[in-house]
Amino acid sequence: MLRFLVQRLALAIPTLVIASMIIFTLQQLLPGDTATALSGEERDPEVIAFIRQKYHLDQPLPVRYALWAGGVLQGDLGESIRLQKPVIDLVIEKLPVTLELACLAMLVALVIGVPMGILSAVKRGTAADTLANGIALWGLSVPNFWLGILMILLFSVQLGWLPASGYVSPFESLSENLRSMAMPAFVLGNAIAAVMMRHTRAAMLGVLGSDYVRTARAKGVSPLRLILRHALPNAAIPIITLGALEFGQLLSGAVLTEQVFSVPGFGKLMVDAVFNRDYATVQGVVICTATTYVLLNLAADLLAAFVNPKLRRA
Amino acid sequence: MAQARQTLLDVRDLAVAFDSEGGAVHAVNGVSYTLAEGETLGIVGESGSGKSVHVLAMLGLIPRPPGRITGGQVLFEGRDLLALPERDLRKIRGGQIGFVFQDPMSSLNPGMTVAAQIIEPLRIHLGLDGRAARARAKDLLDLVRIPNAGARLDQYPHEFSGGQRQRVMIAIGLSCRPKLLIADEATTALDVTVQAEIIALVQELKREIGMAIVWITHDLGVVAGIADTVQVMYAGRILERGPVDDIFRDPRSAYTLGLLRSLPDLSRGRAGRRRLHQIEGAPPDMRHPPAGDPFAARNIYATPRCLTEAPPLTQAPGAAPGHLVAAWYDLPARLAAEEAAR
Amino acid sequence: MTKAAIAPTGVALPAAEPVPRAEPGPIREFWTRLKQRRSAMLGLVIVVALILMAVFADWIAPYDPIATDWGAIRTAPSWAHPFGTDEVGHDVLSRIVFGARASLGAGLTSVALAVALGLPFGLLAGYAGGVVDLLIMRLTDALLAIPFLILAIALAAFLGPSLTNAMVAIGLSATSTFVRLTRAQVQAVAAEEFVEAARAVGNPPWRIAIHHIVPNIVPAILVQATLTIAAAIIAEASLSFLGLGQQPPEPSWGSMLNVAKNFLEQAPWMAIWPGASIFLAVLAFNLLGDGLRDALDPRQRT
Repeated sequence: MLRFLVQRLALAIPTLVIASMIIFTLQQLLPGDTATALSGEERDPEVIAFIRQKYHLDQPLPVRYALWAGGVLQGDLGESIRLQKPVIDLVIEKLPVTLELACLAMLVALVIGVPMGILSAVKRGTAADTLANGIALWGLSVPNFWLGILMILLFSVQLGWLPASGYVSPFESLSENLRSMAMPAFVLGNAIAAVMMRHTRAAMLGVLGSDYVRTARAKGVSPLRLILRHALPNAAIPIITLGALEFGQLLSGAVLTEQVFSVPGFGKLMVDAVFNRDYATVQGVVICTATTYVLLNLAADLLAAFVNPKLRRA
Repeated sequence: MAQARQTLLDVRDLAVAFDSEGGAVHAVNGVSYTLAEGETLGIVGESGSGKSVHVLAMLGLIPRPPGRITGGQVLFEGRDLLALPERDLRKIRGGQIGFVFQDPMSSLNPGMTVAAQIIEPLRIHLGLDGRAARARAKDLLDLVRIPNAGARLDQYPHEFSGGQRQRVMIAIGLSCRPKLLIADEATTALDVTVQAEIIALVQELKREIGMAIVWITHDLGVVAGIADTVQVMYAGRILERGPVDDIFRDPRSAYTLGLLRSLPDLSRGRAGRRRLHQIEGAPPDMRHPPAGDPFAARNIYATPRCLTEAPPLTQAPGAAPGHLVAAWYDLPARLAAEEAAR
Repeated sequence: MTKAAIAPTGVALPAAEPVPRAEPGPIREFWTRLKQRRSAMLGLVIVVALILMAVFADWIAPYDPIATDWGAIRTAPSWAHPFGTDEVGHDVLSRIVFGARASLGAGLTSVALAVALGLPFGLLAGYAGGVVDLLIMRLTDALLAIPFLILAIALAAFLGPSLTNAMVAIGLSATSTFVRLTRAQVQAVAAEEFVEAARAVGNPPWRIAIHHIVPNIVPAILVQATLTIAAAIIAEASLSFLGLGQQPPEPSWGSMLNVAKNFLEQAPWMAIWPGASIFLAVLAFNLLGDGLRDALDPRQRT
């Protein structure tokens, strides 16, 4: 288990380092003078001079990267030119909102996707299987921002049941928080539910066809116990590992969902920063997203390892 | 000897098919036989002969669809298993009929401890739970000669060697003192020395428990050591059946003869070494089973009648009682003629 | 067909014996299997219809998609405007028809870019192995660590918002998928007997790559490309929805939705049709991709 952990970490660290290099190098894509471009709307020579100094723009690229990365490691993601705030403060403020949204969406995805996948694997080739696959295909193909708009049309404009936008902190009112998060979480979880359904179905089909499931049947095990005790735990490992990869999709989708429902999270921060040409904030958000994503995958690997007795004991 | 005892299993005209894209595959085509209490029946055949499928099918263990039973009856202690609802069949599986499967690596659940897997049938069929079940599980591991059984109960299958895993499988198969143990290629995946150990173990346990055994294998050599009766299957049919010694001494089916000739004869030593015989040709396409004797196309002794009409399984003339064969040709006569010509 | 290639490596095959290679036969068989799948054929029909719509938009669209009509602002669907008009009097139907250009164009172009970059790098990584492989794989790992759309948004942000830049951003973001896929396929194919045989008779590596490996990985790439087009269409619509893709007044389904979300109560039709179009296009490519995959590997049915 410990060896496995070290192995995974050893893979995650270079991944993040290279990712940070890519993100840093994005600056080079800016047209014209980097300092002028980085200053965004501001044309104040003082600001430009500050940026030139802050980003050591007179130094060669590798040196600049090293200085920047050193800052990032100490929690210095730069300054938001627009908001006059350290980027790290913005991240700390917005990240929990997006994480809540992502976790609720993952919950939606699991609650819908996993049982549907189990059902369609167990009832393989029946009408229920066809229906479940059809629903999954719909979930994969419907753009989530459009689904969000349709839901606002129905539940906010027509029925008036749920707020179309606005965010309430769970510390203020948990019920209002959940009411405001219900539609965004469903919309965001929808596509992931489809993917989880497909993963679950494939994993369950593999396990249900295995020799040990036949052994269990030969022992006289009931169908329900067969699925829950013998098949599902063994199918869980691929479901967890593949499901974790969907966190990327979740973080991508959150950008759009937050835009549709005006949820003040990470995605909204990023899109606003893009329009404000607040490049330091864009970089900060991207690097934090990548880190979050890698850490979530690492956590999923650990969870999968914990489920797998071969790794747990090793 | 077997005839004196009560009939345990009576298979009547069992037929099984699998639906596939190119049409139904007729895997088992009218198999009938009986098994007495305490008898050991060795069923021999190559893969696709229907030897495993018909046994799995009678206990509802083939995937359905695509598999389906197309006819017949299987009486276990007088009750037709094919007519039983799944719920009642579950009570028989693992309770009165135990199983040992081929690959002990894949046949044990990798995510459950050995104890949990042994206790499962104890709880389902005997209502044992808690400490009593655990004690019984330990006894079972002792029974199959796994040293230090108490300490190994909470280990996972991957912590056992291949031979030990097969011993665990046997412990599970025997856990509820079944009247019948079905061993499906139980030693095929094991090393030769481990194979011998497992066979010896099963024979010992049979003396202790007295269950009937159906031992399914492609290896006629394994059958020689364990079975009372041997049954040779090919293309979903029984071609020959009889007491083990008779089958080896006096085979009446050309297919059995071919199988016997492909066995290395170690008793003859170096001097007796001869080129191992290989049966020419391939088994028939089971989507369109041949009308006549299914082995006819590969049989040098086949008569024209073999190609058109399927021979019934009947007492072989001049052979020991209970030695049955499905053949239109007279194998001993043909062999004698060959010998004379030489 | 591999019978000839089973000869032990190191033993030169007789010169007369042709080294087996991918033939047109499998492609025809592939097509026959694909034709049997109704959902795949439905997908193909929709894809072809959408492409025709994009190509012949000038003839199909009833109005100029960027002509404003201040006398017909946010009018509900009618005979004159079957899909209604938007907030500046654009005919929604005409914009949908022309919007297919942006969507399909972005989907096809960005995936073409991703394949054009991913294939050679994947071949290089899979075939060269060693340090080259390690470097390329670390790089794709890092790119994959940044969620697809986040990377595309970041790229679009730094490149500046435009449809071309959106395509580049989506293409670059999708590249690592093709690098990995190609590499995995190369490694699988390289282990096969006919490649061993080709190597044994002294073919240079580049020749083996082009003549023996590339034809054999085409089907897998084709499947992935089709499914990635679906993702790219959503990505383009997403970027345009965020204002980072097609810039108004040029029509794009995503940017139409961006505007529409401000008029949900007054003009819901502005939101219905662009979204339905994106859905239809994405669904069609998904159906086709799933069908291609199943036809490619009949064992793996969905």
